[in-house]
Amino acid sequence: MSHLPYFVAGWILLAGVYGLVTTRNLVHAVVCLSVAQSSTYVLLLTIGFRKKATAPVFSDIKPGRHVVDAVVQAMTLTDIVVGATVTALLLALTVQVAKRRGTVDPDELRSLEP
Amino acid sequence: MSHRVRLLVLAFGGAGLAVMFAMACLRLPHFGGSWHPYGERVVPGALRRGTPNVVSSVNFDQRAFDTLGEELILMASALAAVLILRTVRAEQEESAGRHAYGPAQVFDALRITGYLLLPITFLTGVYVVAHGYLSPGGGFQGGVVLGSAIHLIYLAGDYPALARIRPIPMVESGEALAAGAFVILALGFAGQVTPMNAVVGMEVGCAVVLVLARFFEQALLVKEHA
Repeated sequence: MSHLPYFVAGWILLAGVYGLVTTRNLVHAVVCLSVAQSSTYVLLLTIGFRKKATAPVFSDIKPGRHVVDAVVQAMTLTDIVVGATVTALLLALTVQVAKRRGTVDPDELRSLEP
Repeated sequence: MSHRVRLLVLAFGGAGLAVMFAMACLRLPHFGGSWHPYGERVVPGALRRGTPNVVSSVNFDQRAFDTLGEELILMASALAAVLILRTVRAEQEESAGRHAYGPAQVFDALRITGYLLLPITFLTGVYVVAHGYLSPGGGFQGGVVLGSAIHLIYLAGDYPALARIRPIPMVESGEALAAGAFVILALGFAGQVTPMNAVVGMEVGCAVVLVLARFFEQALLVKEHA
């Protein structure tokens, strides 16, 4: 079953989306979005994996040794940085929503009043 | 939309996504296979430029322009978080001293551990930034370590001391300076991995400090008027 790791990424994405849809708390929703996003880390890293290869750092291995794909690792780093900042931004919005509307339940936030 | 309808829509969409995702995955190259056309091309490029850490080379040399975009996203969302959390008019910021968690409220062991770990963690952050071209690490990772290290002093129970060691106007200027320096480096001198790591480390560290400072203000200092 050589495609199983890819399916793990899909499963994590669906779990995160399920949490987003059923959540009753905006903080929980932000965490669910982080879970959904972490599926992209898993997908990128599994695509870059190579059997019997090592980390793409040549300070202590000889050139010519097989290494895992460094491009997707760099993309994962970008992904994590953007994910962390978006989480901070959404949590800041949640703080303001809680202060202005007195609730963090998305079901009670119907109208667009300020 | 009622809860039940929402779950039905989710089940329908989720099933569709699962089927199409699985079909797409089955067409992907096998897991762990040896076909990595891009991965094989970046390694000689990195070694030619004398950067043993290929990930750093991809980020700051071969795809430096993309990292510029990432960097600006980081700054934009840090800026947005700071703006959203600014103290609104109806609220009044209380003086930092009144809500300080005095030393009595924290175990001595925790306090000493915090003070002891602060210099060690800070040094680790500097090491991770400075050796980013040579060993796993780099500006993004080290910057987070640096930004969090300062907050050990808060865990040690001394919020006023935290406010003293990170003067917000200076951190803001540092963030802006680092972002500007990164734009110049990325556009004009891409491939200077060590200076770019240093600048990114500074920017990420400042962004972490700024955003956390606003959250601290919200949690500790802001009291809404009844």
